[in-house]
Amino acid sequence: MNLKVPESITFAKTGFCPGCGHGIAIRLIAEVMEEMALTEKLLAVVDVACSSLAIDMWRFDTVMAAHGRPIPTAVGVKHIRPENPVMAYFGDGAAYNIGMAETVHAALRNDNICVFVVNNSVFGMTGGQMAATTLPWQKTVTSPYGKDPKKYGTLDITKVIGQMDIAYLARGELSGAAGIEQSKKMIKKAFEKQLANEGFCLVELLSECPTNLGMAPVDMMKHVHTAMAGYFKPGEFIDKGGSGR
Amino acid sequence: MEKVLMKGNEAMAEAALRSGCRFYSGYPITPQTEILEYLSWRLDEVGGTFVQAESELSGINMLLGASAAGARVLTSSSGPGFSLKQEGISYLVAADLPAVIIDVMRIGTGLGDIMQGQGDYLQLTKGGGHGDYHTIVLAPNSVQENSDMMDLAFDLAEKYRHPVLIASDAAIGQIAEAVELKEFREHDRDKYEWSIKGCKKGDEQRKIQNTYYTMPSYPEYLKAKYAGMESNEQRWESYRVEDAEVIAVAYGISSRVSKEAVDIAREKGLKAGLIRPVTLWPFPVKAFAGLKSVKAFISVEVNILGQMADDVRLATQCKYPVGSYGTFYDIPDPDVLVEKIEAFYEKEREK
Ligand SMILES: Cc1ncc(C[n+]2csc(CCOP(=O)(O)OP(=O)(O)O)c2C)c(N)n1
Ligand code: SF4
Repeated sequence: MNLKVPESITFAKTGFCPGCGHGIAIRLIAEVMEEMALTEKLLAVVDVACSSLAIDMWRFDTVMAAHGRPIPTAVGVKHIRPENPVMAYFGDGAAYNIGMAETVHAALRNDNICVFVVNNSVFGMTGGQMAATTLPWQKTVTSPYGKDPKKYGTLDITKVIGQMDIAYLARGELSGAAGIEQSKKMIKKAFEKQLANEGFCLVELLSECPTNLGMAPVDMMKHVHTAMAGYFKPGEFIDKGGSGR
Repeated sequence: MEKVLMKGNEAMAEAALRSGCRFYSGYPITPQTEILEYLSWRLDEVGGTFVQAESELSGINMLLGASAAGARVLTSSSGPGFSLKQEGISYLVAADLPAVIIDVMRIGTGLGDIMQGQGDYLQLTKGGGHGDYHTIVLAPNSVQENSDMMDLAFDLAEKYRHPVLIASDAAIGQIAEAVELKEFREHDRDKYEWSIKGCKKGDEQRKIQNTYYTMPSYPEYLKAKYAGMESNEQRWESYRVEDAEVIAVAYGISSRVSKEAVDIAREKGLKAGLIRPVTLWPFPVKAFAGLKSVKAFISVEVNILGQMADDVRLATQCKYPVGSYGTFYDIPDPDVLVEKIEAFYEKEREK
C-alpha cells in the first residue's frame, strides 16, 4: 500500500498510547495545513498534558504552554505574528477545568485564533481522573462509584459559549470514517475563518483514551460514537462567516 | 534631551516602549495601575499591542506566547497579582524566554494594602515560583532610574533568555519627578533564530518547551547561566563607604532616606555610609569587599522581617553584626536611622 502522509508528520517514536485519538487529530490538522499550503506558517501551542506529545510528532514551530494556558499563550503569539495561522491544541481538562476562564474570555474578546479541544472525557496525562466532561455516572479513578450528577455536572461547551459573538463553534468526533471526515472539514473551516480574520474558532473533537477508560481500541471508538457523541452532540453551533472582526 | 515631569510608573511604561517593547498584558491592581492605563493608549500610538487580560494568570501566559514569537514583552503587577504571575515566571524560566516583569510593591501578606512595601524581597530574589531558579532583579530608586533601567532590563532578559524582574514600590511608582527620557530603540521580532515564525522546509523545528531537562547537558547549562549572572551582573551604588564604620544597606525608596540619614550622621561626626544594591539578585556581594573600617551593617527595609539582612550577613561571611531597621508600611525615617547609628556608637563606647 502506498501511504501518503503530510510532510509535517515526522514519524518520530510516538508517545501516544495505541488507539489514542490525538494521533488522528494531529493527522487531520497536518492534512488541512498541507491542503491550504499553510504547513510552513502554522504556529502551534500545546498544553503540558498529552497534547504536548504532539511536539515531536509534527514539524510545526510549537510552544508548550502551562497546563490550561494554551489559549492565552496562543493569543500572545497571534498578536506578534498576525499573518501566521495560530492554533491552541489541547485537552478538555485544560480547556474546561483549569483553563475555563481563559477559554471564555478569549471567546469574549473574539480573539482570532483556532482552538482545538481534544475531549476524551478524562484527564488523560495524569491517569484518567474525572473532568468537567466526564459523563454522568462514568467511573474514573476519582469517581470510583460513577460521577454523581448531583455533585458534579457535565460540561457542554456549546451551552457555555454557544450564544457568544465568535466566528465558529463546532464539535466533531474522531470515530468512524464519516465522523473523522466531518471533523476534518471543521478544522479546515476554522483555519479559513482565521485567515479571513473572522475571530475565535473552537472545534471540540470527541476522542479516544483507551488507556484511561479501560477499553480496547475498537470498543473505545464505538464508545466515542455512541456514549460520548450521544451526550455531546456533534455539529456546527456557530458559523458566523464573512464580516470580519 | 529635555526633561519632563512624570510619575514613576508612567516613566517605566514610556521607557519600556522606547526600549522596543511592543506587547503588554496585565490586570489592574494598585499601586501599579498607571502602567496599565498609560500603555492602553500609548502602545497603540506606536503600533504595539495592549491587552487587558482577565487575570494576571492569563496575562503572564499571553506574555509567554508573545515572547516565544520574538517580541519584547512587559507586564506589571503588585501584591496578590504578582503572586498569580509566579506560575508564568517559572514557565518563562523553564522555556528560556526573555520578559520584563515589574513588581510595584505594596505592603502585606494576603491582600495587604496599597501603601509602599518591600515585603516581596524573598519572593523576588529566591525564586518566587516553583522550582529551582533565580531571576535578575533590578531595584530603581528614582523616576529617572525607572526610565534608565528599562533598556538594561530588556537587554539582560535578551542576553540570558531569562525573565528580568523590576522591584519598584508604591512610593517610587507614585512620585512625580523630572525625568530625561531615552531615545527610541527598534526591536526586530525576527532577530532570534529560536523564536517561532513558521517551520520552513530546511529549518530545524523550533520548540519552545519547558522540558529541556531531558537534555543530558542541561544542569551544566543552567549552572553556567546563573554563574554568569552572578559574576557579571552585580550592580550597586556605594556612598561614603571609604572610611565608614556603620554602613546602611538599602534599596528602592529606603535607599533614598538612608542616604539622607548618612549625611545627617556625618554632620554629627559619625562615620556612616550606604551600600545600595541595584541588583537584588544577584546580590552585590562585591560591594562588601575591601571595606577597611566597617564595624557593623544595618539593613533598612519596609518590612518587619528584615528580609535582606541575611543576604548582607552572607555577603560579609557573618564577620560583622548586621542590624535591621524595618518598618511595616511607613517609609523609614532618616532621624530614626541616625538614632540607630548613634546607639551603635554608644554601645561601642560602653565596651
Ligand atoms: C497547574 C497544574 N495542575 C495540575 C497539573 C497536572 N496535570 C497535567 S495534565 C493534567 C490533565 C490533563 O487532562 P487534559 O487537559 O484533558 O488533557 P489530556 O491529557 O487528556 O489530553 C493535569 C491535571 C499541572 N501540570 N499543572
Ligand atoms: S493517556 Fe489517553 S489521551 Fe493520553 S496518550 Fe494515552 S490514550 Fe491518549
